[in-house]
Amino acid sequence: MIDVFINITLLAFLAITAVAIVRMTNLFAIIMLFGIFSFLSASLFVVMDAVDVAFTEAAVGAGISTVLMIATMVLIKTQDEKRPAGHKPWLPLAVVIVTGAALIYGTLDIPAFGDANAPAQKHVAPHYLEKSIAETGVPNVVTSVLASYRGFDTLGEVFVVFTAGIAVLILIGGRRPKSIPNNKGRDENDA
Amino acid sequence: MTHNLILRVVSKALIPPIIIFALYVQFHGDFGPGGGFQAGVILSAALILYALVFGLDAAEQAIPPTVLRILASLGVLIYAGVGIVTLFLGGNYLEYSVLGSTQVAGQHLGILLVELGVGITVFAVMLIIFFTFADRGRP
Repeated sequence: MIDVFINITLLAFLAITAVAIVRMTNLFAIIMLFGIFSFLSASLFVVMDAVDVAFTEAAVGAGISTVLMIATMVLIKTQDEKRPAGHKPWLPLAVVIVTGAALIYGTLDIPAFGDANAPAQKHVAPHYLEKSIAETGVPNVVTSVLASYRGFDTLGEVFVVFTAGIAVLILIGGRRPKSIPNNKGRDENDA
Repeated sequence: MTHNLILRVVSKALIPPIIIFALYVQFHGDFGPGGGFQAGVILSAALILYALVFGLDAAEQAIPPTVLRILASLGVLIYAGVGIVTLFLGGNYLEYSVLGSTQVAGQHLGILLVELGVGITVFAVMLIIFFTFADRGRP
């Protein structure tokens, strides 16, 4: 009962934050609201007993992403989003409403949250839950699935993170273009 | 922000516990929530806080960009290397059971090493991205 109340409250805050993000034009305020949005999502994950996911959402979504978005805002040297003149919101609004209705229609068929007979719980999940301690000796099943049973997936994820770092370095790292003035003597030591 | 006394004092007091917490999350991930991914992000958050308060130059002195590039590759190398080692020990790729005398011991060592690799790469890449963006924004 209390779970339902907390869920409704958090989802309501989530919706309010999303609407506020759409309506605002000040980028700094929008970035702060993104952080709040992430924290609300993290709280929802905690209510759903997914503490590992909540942990990641709070650290990455609310922490690092906020800092990186502020760094980007400093780079683009503007704080206000400019609305294009003559912009008519009706077509995008219709697309969003149709997509949203289709998604809600889709949820009618999926199993209830936590349903033990859902297909997702029937495949390999029982094996992980029953055998994890015996096979890996790791009490946190999330860790044993992530690092051992699904080790290939996690290796792929690490490569994705690594590639992201390389991509940022290639795109905006390294030597600055010569055309920018006011970088006296800095090019020598950050090559 | 470099002249803000309160921020300097508070962040000096906060950074060591953040680093300890990151190590706890890293090596306690088998038992509680967390793991390499979260630990890497928390550890990089400690250094980003340092960079925000004490300046980018001080942070780059604490951990030079070259070291970060090596660390980012090292983490991937540790992860993929564990797989290669299991191949040489007669198992499948990333089959940790062959690493130890018993299956559980092998799994434990394998998961520990792999999570360490994840943590190092995530930590280094987050800092590389932050440093690159921040460096670009310098006047």
